[in-house]
Amino acid sequence: MDTTLIIEAAYFVAALLFIYGLKRMASPVTARSGILVAGWGMVLAVAVAFLYGLDVNEKAQPHVWVNLTLVVIALGIGVGWAWYSGKKVAMTDMPQMVALYNGMGGGAAAAIAAIELFSGNAQSHGIVVTILAVLGGLIGAVALSGSLIAWAKLDGRINKTVRLPGQQAINAALFFLALATGAAITTAGLAGEVSITLVAVFFVISLVLGVMLTNPIGGADMPVVISLYNAFTGLAVAFEGFVLQNPAMIIAGTVVGSAGTLLTLMMAKAMNRPVSNVIFSQFGETDDGGDSEIEGSMKAAEASDAAIAMYYANKVIIVPGYGLAVAQAQHKLYEFVKLLQKQGVDVRFAIHPVAGRMPGHMNVLLAEAGVPYDIIFDLEDINEDFAQADVAIVLGANDVVNPAARTKKSSPIYGMPILNVDMAQTAYVVKRGQGKGYSGVENELFYADNTSMVYGDAQKVMAQMIEAVKSLG
Amino acid sequence: MDATTTITGFVALYIFMLAAFTGYEIIGRVPAILHTPLMSGSNFIHGIVVVGAMWALLNASTPLEQVIGFFGVLLGAGNAAGGYVVTERMLQMFKSSDKRADKTTSTDKE
Repeated sequence: MDTTLIIEAAYFVAALLFIYGLKRMASPVTARSGILVAGWGMVLAVAVAFLYGLDVNEKAQPHVWVNLTLVVIALGIGVGWAWYSGKKVAMTDMPQMVALYNGMGGGAAAAIAAIELFSGNAQSHGIVVTILAVLGGLIGAVALSGSLIAWAKLDGRINKTVRLPGQQAINAALFFLALATGAAITTAGLAGEVSITLVAVFFVISLVLGVMLTNPIGGADMPVVISLYNAFTGLAVAFEGFVLQNPAMIIAGTVVGSAGTLLTLMMAKAMNRPVSNVIFSQFGETDDGGDSEIEGSMKAAEASDAAIAMYYANKVIIVPGYGLAVAQAQHKLYEFVKLLQKQGVDVRFAIHPVAGRMPGHMNVLLAEAGVPYDIIFDLEDINEDFAQADVAIVLGANDVVNPAARTKKSSPIYGMPILNVDMAQTAYVVKRGQGKGYSGVENELFYADNTSMVYGDAQKVMAQMIEAVKSLG
Repeated sequence: MDATTTITGFVALYIFMLAAFTGYEIIGRVPAILHTPLMSGSNFIHGIVVVGAMWALLNASTPLEQVIGFFGVLLGAGNAAGGYVVTERMLQMFKSSDKRADKTTSTDKE
């Protein structure tokens, strides 16, 4: 039986389905079918991978039934747990779940590398394969431990950001130590020797490196980090694909590696932070812009005032931020928006690229509440319109509407694209308290003459607004 | 023992280059609203690593290899299944304006 041919053909189809599925995911109209297409690709690939059992190497021959059982158990546990946790997780917690699943992929790539390096096949597989196995193992292990730290941070399990003195020197030293160990493994392997200790040390160093790289990075930068590790895992999978001569892994891994890299760069650009800044964690080390210079004072307003102002407005733009999602107020917000729409108010949503915890996260959260995507606009598409808006209302967002990004050179957020809420005729800001944003910078918008602050939990404020509008008839 | 296709040298580089451009092109045209689902979707796709882990586990001949292989398959399966569920849940929620859009302008769908 020529199982190899079947496997190869199936992988070809799977790779095709992955690329076609990703392509369909790139448009809101076809996105849903895209993941289904890619999903079938995965089912097909996993199904034919069982055929490997018919053609194992000689040494593994006596163990094949045990191994087959182990495969089934591992698949069962992995799929079962992930399926359950994925179904259960709240939409606001999505970023950390992605981080977790990504870390698992990195771990799987590292496991393949470990087996290759333990197997003693380096001589027959040659130097290129061995080097790729080492590099894939390093990247995979970094993605594993780094993603776990990212997950723990986003999930609130690690709150403090530990920055050791000379952090970058330590990281660089670890990196070179990992490379040196990898080189030693490769040389030994090509000479036909396998040192289990050396391989173990190599993976421990790599895992520690992932922890050390991620630990100093603050929560606000985590989306960029997750995206970066996603690209890392893709690359690790591609490298291990070369080791195993598995074209599906090579293609899928490389596509994800490059797509993930681009996505990372786009995110970093939206936050006006070079990727190197994020990785070397320079946030918060700049002086804060000096809060004393802001003139004027904050004016408080009642929720009902804001609601009535919007009810009688022609154009309203809503700027939702993560605070809204944390308060779980997006359903109430949409209820309120529907009341406004019934009155004939033109309501639109303006989304900053980094609103939420990942680019596009806010769109997902609004979609969850049933907000149709055609009244949701990206920064570039709506920023001009703020000048014509009667009312702009900011819900649980801060840094992304701070005009200091346009004007104040000393500010750490200077140069970041912001939503021009300050240009609207009237602005309302719904906020829990008087605190600063993630960047720790005071927001000039809050002190502007045409801005009023509505203090309170977003959920309660929205309820009050709905009531106020309903009482108007 | 390896699959018969041998991907070496320049063929490997060509595949790498073409796949890299493919990924770049796909993401480059995506509206920001889909970035999160797409990151999650690409996260799902590198779950293909599970088939490599399956090969490694099926060819394991020592307890050490079996243990590592077992965890490899488990982790890879988690990556694939979790990535799928989460992406599917996110994308399921994307709707266009109300139901009327679906009824009256069903021709809009491509």
